[in-house]
This record gives sequence, C-alpha cells and structure tokens, in this order.
Amino acid sequence: METPAISVQNVSMRFNLSKDKILGIKEYVVKALKGQIFYEEFWALNDVSFDVMPGEVFGVMGFNGAGKSTLLKIIAGVFRPTMGSVTVNGEISPLLELGAGFDSEFSARDNIYMNGAMYGYPPQFMETKYEEIMDFAELWEFEDVALKNFSSGMMGRLGFAVATSVRPSILIVDEILGVGDYKFQAKCEERIQNMISDGVTVLLVSHSIKTIKEMCSRAILLEKGRVVCCGNIKDVCHAYGDE
Amino acid sequence: MTLSKKRLAAITVCLTAIFFTLFLFLPESIVGHRADQLLLFLPKVLFLAVTAAITIAFLLIVIFKKDFMRWQLHSFNRYRYLLKLLVKRDFVTKYRKSVLGVLWSVLNPLLTMMVLTLVFAHIFRFEIENFPVYVLSGQLIFNFFSEATTQSMHSVIGSGGIIKKVYVPKYIFPLSKTLSSLVNVLFTLIAFLLVFIFTGAEFRWTMLLVPIPIFYTLIFSLGVGMFLSSLTVFFRDMTYLWGVFTMLLMFLTPIMYPIEQIPEAFRPVWGLNPLFQFVDYFRELTLHGNIPDLWTNIVCLGVALCALCVGTYVFMKKQDRYILYI
Repeated sequence: METPAISVQNVSMRFNLSKDKILGIKEYVVKALKGQIFYEEFWALNDVSFDVMPGEVFGVMGFNGAGKSTLLKIIAGVFRPTMGSVTVNGEISPLLELGAGFDSEFSARDNIYMNGAMYGYPPQFMETKYEEIMDFAELWEFEDVALKNFSSGMMGRLGFAVATSVRPSILIVDEILGVGDYKFQAKCEERIQNMISDGVTVLLVSHSIKTIKEMCSRAILLEKGRVVCCGNIKDVCHAYGDE
Repeated sequence: MTLSKKRLAAITVCLTAIFFTLFLFLPESIVGHRADQLLLFLPKVLFLAVTAAITIAFLLIVIFKKDFMRWQLHSFNRYRYLLKLLVKRDFVTKYRKSVLGVLWSVLNPLLTMMVLTLVFAHIFRFEIENFPVYVLSGQLIFNFFSEATTQSMHSVIGSGGIIKKVYVPKYIFPLSKTLSSLVNVLFTLIAFLLVFIFTGAEFRWTMLLVPIPIFYTLIFSLGVGMFLSSLTVFFRDMTYLWGVFTMLLMFLTPIMYPIEQIPEAFRPVWGLNPLFQFVDYFRELTLHGNIPDLWTNIVCLGVALCALCVGTYVFMKKQDRYILYI
C-alpha cells in the first residue's frame, strides 16, 4: 500500500483557559496553596484521525470554532498535539500565514531569501526560483524597496509567490486566498490548479460547499473538535448541508 | 530500553563514581598542583562530581533518545541557512542608518575603555600595569556574556511572529543571538589589538590561544541564554531581574579593579564566579604570557558544559509549550 502523505492519528489538542483572572502574585500563591487554581479545559480537537494520500485534494469542513485552524496548525508543525501523532511525508508549504519572517526594514529581495530559509530552503535554491517569484508577484519594479513601503496587497502577493514557487509536495490552503485584486486571485487559483494537476497533495479548508465539491475528492467534517464524518465528498457535503 | 528517572539516576551515579576513581589515580603532573591538604582538595572534588554528574546525565539522555537527536540534527542541517541569515540580519540591523556604521563595533569598546580608564586609572588611581589593556580584556569577555544572554533571553518572545506562523526549530533563536554577539567580539578583538599596539605592550605567542577563553565563554553564554529564554516565556519578570543581576555580576568580576583589592579571605568566593575565571584566563594569555594549567581548564570547561547541558535540557523540555504563552 502507498504511504499516506499526511497521516493524522488520534490527535487531541487541549488548551487551558484560565477561568478567573488572577490579579497578583500574592493571590496566586494563596490560591495555589488552597489548590484552587482551576483551568477550564478546552478540547479544540478530540480524537481526530484520517489519512491523506499523495496527490489527493482533501477538504476540511466545519463551522467556526470546529477546530479546523488548530488541525491545520498541528499538521504544519506549529502546534504540538496534546495526544496522538501526525506523520507527514513530504515538504509542506502552509498557505495559512504568508510571509513568515518578513521584516519591513528589508527589501523584497532579502525577504524572499529569509522567507525561503524559514521553510528550510537554502539560498542557492532560492536563487533559482527568484525570477519566477518576482515574475509571479509582478514586483520587479520594487525589488530593492523596503517592505515597509509595500501595500498589503503587494506583501500578500510576495508571500504567496514564495510559498508556491518552492514547489512543495503538500500544500495547506486556508480558504482560497483573498490576496490582491481579482486578476491576481484568478492567477493564484490557476496556480493552485496547476499544482494539483502536477500531483501536489492539497489540504483545503473552505466554507464554500461549492469550492470543496469542485476541487476535492474526499473530505472530513469537524464539529466542536470531533469528527462528524469523513470520506466520500458527497456524503460529507450532505452531512454539512444538513446541519 | 526505556529511560526511567530512577535508572537514569543510578547509571549517572555509577559512571560518575568510575570517572572519579580514574581521576584520583591520575598523576599529579596532569592534575596540576593538587593540594596535599584535603581541605583544599575537597572543593575541587565536589566541583568535579557535580560537573561530571550533570554532563553524564545529559549524555545519557542524548544516547537514549537517539531518534530525537537524529531528527534534531537533521533539522539543524536543514535550517543552518536560516541561522546564517538571522545572524547576518542582526548585524546589518544593528548599524543601519548610523553614519559610521560597522565602525561602531570597534569604536564602541574603545570609547568605553577610555571612559573607564579615565575614571579608574586617573581618578581612583588603581595601580594596574597597562590599565587600558586590562580593562578592555575584562570588558571583552564580560560584554560578550551579558550581550549574548540578554539578547537570547528576548529572542524567543521576540520571534513570536515567526513561531506562530511556521515550524522552525526554536533553539535557532537563542543560538543566532549568541553567534551575533560572537561576531561583535571579533570586532572588539580588533579594538583590543589596536590598544595593544598603541600602548606598546609586549606581544607574546600565547596571544594566539585567545580563542580558547572565548570558546568557553561562548558555550557558557549559550547555555545560560537557552535557560533564560525558556524561563522568560513563562515568567516575564526575568527580563528586569536579569538586568539587575548582570550589573551585580559586573561589579563582582574584576573588570576595572584589580583582584588584589578584595581581602584575601574573600578571594575564593570571587573564584566561584565563572566569568572571573574566563577573564583571568584571557588576561593570563595576553598580559602575562602564561598558559593556565590543566585544572583551570577543567574548571572553565566544566562550568561551561554544565551550563550548556542544563540550558539545552530545560529548553528542549519546554519548547512545545512556548507557543501557548507567547
């Protein structure tokens, strides 16, 4: 059998929400001695398991607060799950938060190399991708301009260009992005489509049933941290629509 | 085989004991002037016991968690470019927009040295041969330590934006700050050489060994920095406490006064300050042309390794929880 690109096994994630505000160190010590420090446990994810095969486009659905973002962050390695494990085979490029490590004092050029290094790519590799990134982001005029003078749209374009140009084998997409104007959005979608046809594994989060139906073959539906159903796209969409 | 706490403790004690017995049988010429009196010998034995125990315990953990370590090494290999870029960025950011730029790296220690010389050699009139070189050597080591630890302490919190967005091995942050400080030390060394030539001090070949005390300080600072950065995430007050503590430490280290100022009875207490050991090592090499004996080296390396082991252990143990507190 083929090894899955992403394998999520019995993942649970707990957050501690402190219930009452502790005002000072004295109160803290007194309460700690009395054994009165309570945290409200909040399970953002509860025993979630699924596999994503290489080349598959997998949808993650659920209402707000269902734990979608937490799940994606765990897969991207930002959070460590409280219980369970995640195995990833391949290079992940998370399109969750673009432009990690962007520094507004530095030029677009410097930031491309820095951003690449954050994903673990050496400068030599980034150099080969440099032209493609600048072409895609349409920022040649601003190559040496400090990022603080960029508009938010320009910044987003640059982030997207870096994250997709490095040719990851797994792409995590949180909503088809609202980056830039409609022209650029169309370009982004086209690029993601191209990557899908090149066999990149995609994990897609969306609220739009239409998008998910169009793009995904399988999906998972979460509700309050639990898996409601997982599998064939029609069944999942049906379950989501019914609720 | 799994590593339970009990087993870890047992193996550590055994290995420490073996290490010790071996040490006791070493000939005196290697151990240095090992005192005949038990009284002087005892603190050394105690020191060695603690150092060896900590280092051995750490090594055991490393050996037992081979997979974890292999994975860490793999990730280090992957992220070493990031480390390089971060150090470079620190350096570039530091002197951005200042007119003299990089020149400040050399100028700054020189100017501080001049002020200190003015105050302590001419107003307080300390009797020290070649005061400028004396003070600059103390400054070099001490500022390295204080800058590296202070910067490391803020590094994890300061990189919250990155940590929340993407997976990066967290130790990269204190490590990059410590290395940035090392780059600064190299510039201070240039200043040191200039002063050396200018005051007409005698060059000695032992000066070539200067990287050794700098290396000890590097290891020590890295360990302390990792520990502090980890602690600060959960306990922000550390920032202020450490500021006061470094000031105290500065006055406890003979940087601008001679050790002879301290009453004879208190000197062993001064000897407990690892920074004094490093500073002294540096001065022995540059000012007196002596190579410190084996015992001094054992003390310096031992303290540095202990700090590194404890710092790394605490850091690794807590690193998954940083994100919840940033």
